[in-house]
Amino acid sequence: MSDVIKLKKGLDIRLAGKAETVFAQVALPELYAIQPTDFHNLVPKMVAAVGDKVQAGSVLFFDKKQPEVKFVSPVSGELVAVNRGERRVILEVVVKADGQNSAVDFGKADINSLSRQQVIDKMLEAGAWPYFKQRPYNVVADPKAEPKAIFVSTFDTAPLAPDYDYVIKGNEEAFQKGLDVLNKIAPVFVGVHNNGSAPAFKNAKGVTVTTFDGPHPAGCVGIQINHINPINAGEKVFTIGVQEVVAVGKLFTTGVHDFSRVAVIAGSEVKNKGYFRTIVGAQLSTAVNGNLVSDNVRVISGNVLTGAETKAEGYLGFYDSQVTVIPEGNQYEMFGWALPGFNKFSAGRTFFSWLMGKKEYKLDTNTHGEKRAFVVSNELDKVFPMDIYPEYLFKAIMAQDIDKMDQLGIYEVVEEDIALCEFVCTSKIPLQKVLRNGLDLMVKEVG
Amino acid sequence: MSSLRDFIDSVKPNFEEGGKFSKLRSTFGAFETFLFVPNTVNKGGVHVRDAVDLKRTISCVILALIPALLFGIYNTGYQHFRMLGQLDTATFGDIVLEGIIAVFPILVVSYVVGLGIEFAVAQMRGHEVNEGFLATGMIIPLIMPADVPLWLVAVATAFAVIFGKEVFGGTGMNIWNPALVARAFLFFAYPTKMSGDQVWYYDYDATQVADGFTGATALAGNTFGFEASFIGLIPGSIGETSALCCLIGAVILLLTGVASWKTMCSVFVGGALMGYIFNATGACDICWCEQLVIGGFAFGAVFMATDPVTSCRTEKGKYIYGFLIGAMAIIIRVLNPGYPEGMMLAILLMNTFAPLIDYCFVQSNINRRKNRVKNNK
Repeated sequence: MSDVIKLKKGLDIRLAGKAETVFAQVALPELYAIQPTDFHNLVPKMVAAVGDKVQAGSVLFFDKKQPEVKFVSPVSGELVAVNRGERRVILEVVVKADGQNSAVDFGKADINSLSRQQVIDKMLEAGAWPYFKQRPYNVVADPKAEPKAIFVSTFDTAPLAPDYDYVIKGNEEAFQKGLDVLNKIAPVFVGVHNNGSAPAFKNAKGVTVTTFDGPHPAGCVGIQINHINPINAGEKVFTIGVQEVVAVGKLFTTGVHDFSRVAVIAGSEVKNKGYFRTIVGAQLSTAVNGNLVSDNVRVISGNVLTGAETKAEGYLGFYDSQVTVIPEGNQYEMFGWALPGFNKFSAGRTFFSWLMGKKEYKLDTNTHGEKRAFVVSNELDKVFPMDIYPEYLFKAIMAQDIDKMDQLGIYEVVEEDIALCEFVCTSKIPLQKVLRNGLDLMVKEVG
Repeated sequence: MSSLRDFIDSVKPNFEEGGKFSKLRSTFGAFETFLFVPNTVNKGGVHVRDAVDLKRTISCVILALIPALLFGIYNTGYQHFRMLGQLDTATFGDIVLEGIIAVFPILVVSYVVGLGIEFAVAQMRGHEVNEGFLATGMIIPLIMPADVPLWLVAVATAFAVIFGKEVFGGTGMNIWNPALVARAFLFFAYPTKMSGDQVWYYDYDATQVADGFTGATALAGNTFGFEASFIGLIPGSIGETSALCCLIGAVILLLTGVASWKTMCSVFVGGALMGYIFNATGACDICWCEQLVIGGFAFGAVFMATDPVTSCRTEKGKYIYGFLIGAMAIIIRVLNPGYPEGMMLAILLMNTFAPLIDYCFVQSNINRRKNRVKNNK
């Protein structure tokens, strides 16, 4: 194994409400939804209609721009609703489970005997292709693309994130099988954490393993790519999560697309924190209802930096294996900016909390101030361990200067990589939104 | 607290779009957010945010300026009585009172004029009022001579806020440090009011001056010695005579992490090195360590060179930027007797060149990325 790449820049937000590594009792809900909004720039075209009976693996809709990319039902049952938002954009495709767990059989396959194209076709057919996110632009991968590599990060450093060393238990073999499949498509790079990565990760075969150490965002795959084998102009790479690799492995060994996942429910407002077995797109009601300390809360599918705001009636995001519940911060605070602030979490030292040692903080969703222009310098750089000038990149995006964006390396970053920048920003600029606008502009203008 | 909140909530509709006083919306917003951190929550993007905001950052700067202000008040009174030859009879209270009478109106004028313009501009543009001027408004009096006429303070502040800041788009967009723009404006437009021996004494009156009193400042030739210049009971602009108070301010700024130590230290290194060279070659008899405590050097290095908006924004650039400010300040001070206070000009000059320094570092990053593609092929 190669040397450890130690990242100094970054920040571990000491958020209260971490889950112990135990399984909590969470029943499976009745409703499941695939949300097209989880995939950037996707234009869904429905295949199934409301009332249709579906199996796990039956196609629900496909991508209008690349029709071979199909999105399938995670469970067997009945398609009960297609919920639309403004301008009739499809938000949720809801399936009511019948509890029979019948699944489409895509057929077992010997990975070694398959060609690259056969692997891709099988993944497309089974609806496993959307597991691949493509950089640049953080979109569902293009099946015709020839990525230079596939990257897997096997640890998540985000606040209250699941511990994949724990999650992977029992699925080590399927994980390795999944990597073997990915290897057919492109060379695979796996990022592991220095302290105690599970053997399935550390000793993964046929792939390049790189060890990382350091605070968040060391676990973000984009940061790892930048240090292992950075994306250059014109190149494409795919990324995929740990549990998705497992699902791919199982698809080829069993012939069935298994949507079961392990997720964690955490956060200061959750009574019983812990891991639970669930299925992609599960309604959160069984995990959240009756499990909260207070009423005025925000339920997030994902972590507090990049997750999507939802409700107890909402659904687990396609790529998410975490549910976080934190207090809503919709209250005023008198002279909040002037108080000593022993209990306020800040990356800087303007509040006295930096003298208080490493205690955990219960953070709410308040913005703690109003939006301003960039004033403070070097605060974004401190939490962004890439060879990129984040502030200049953001300014180029705001000015819609496509050449500059390209030169400054916009194709290397996606929202999760710069989420911490948004967290620490004194001027409260919505940087993830800014970056998304920049990426969308690049997709439109450059393609 | 809740009754105050209720009151604000009850009058708030008057200030919103379509309300009776909607023309004062920005002003109302400024006061409301001063009293209460707003109840806005994160939507899209991150769900939690750092507790720090610009108000907090600027408060740290103001806090760091307080020692210099307090000392400036005392010193202004002290110099006044020294001029009159009454130091033996004046009590501490007399000195402080005289200092307050001299300094307080300048402070008020600076804030009223500056904030007035800021509020008006914010309303015109439909923005919130920016906090940046709260620091600038404090720095402006501190770099004025004690005897400066109030109307001049008003004119200079207005010039600085309008042409030094708002024409560029407000806080965060300006090229030059607004407080120094105010100072430079007075320096060049009203030179007789800004230099000479008398301006450093509040209420200077040639007929009352004590026998044997000379009002010369240190920059023409060192007349006070290191210790006196370090403590600061010497004539000079209101807040910049005491290197000690600047040092206290520096400690606050660096402990809170509001100012960049890279910039600040580089200024002192640049100044010391250039002072040493001049001293060693015999061009100037002032020892290098003394160069750092006389005039506005320490004040400029701590409070104005470190202004994040107008300084370099790349980390490596900060070393060059700071070093050149320090070196340039001493060069101007020693070689050009016409402009004895080189710090102001040095900072303004480097403010102008900061984007160029940044450009070089950003460009090298861009080239590195380009070369990566070449090397791969």
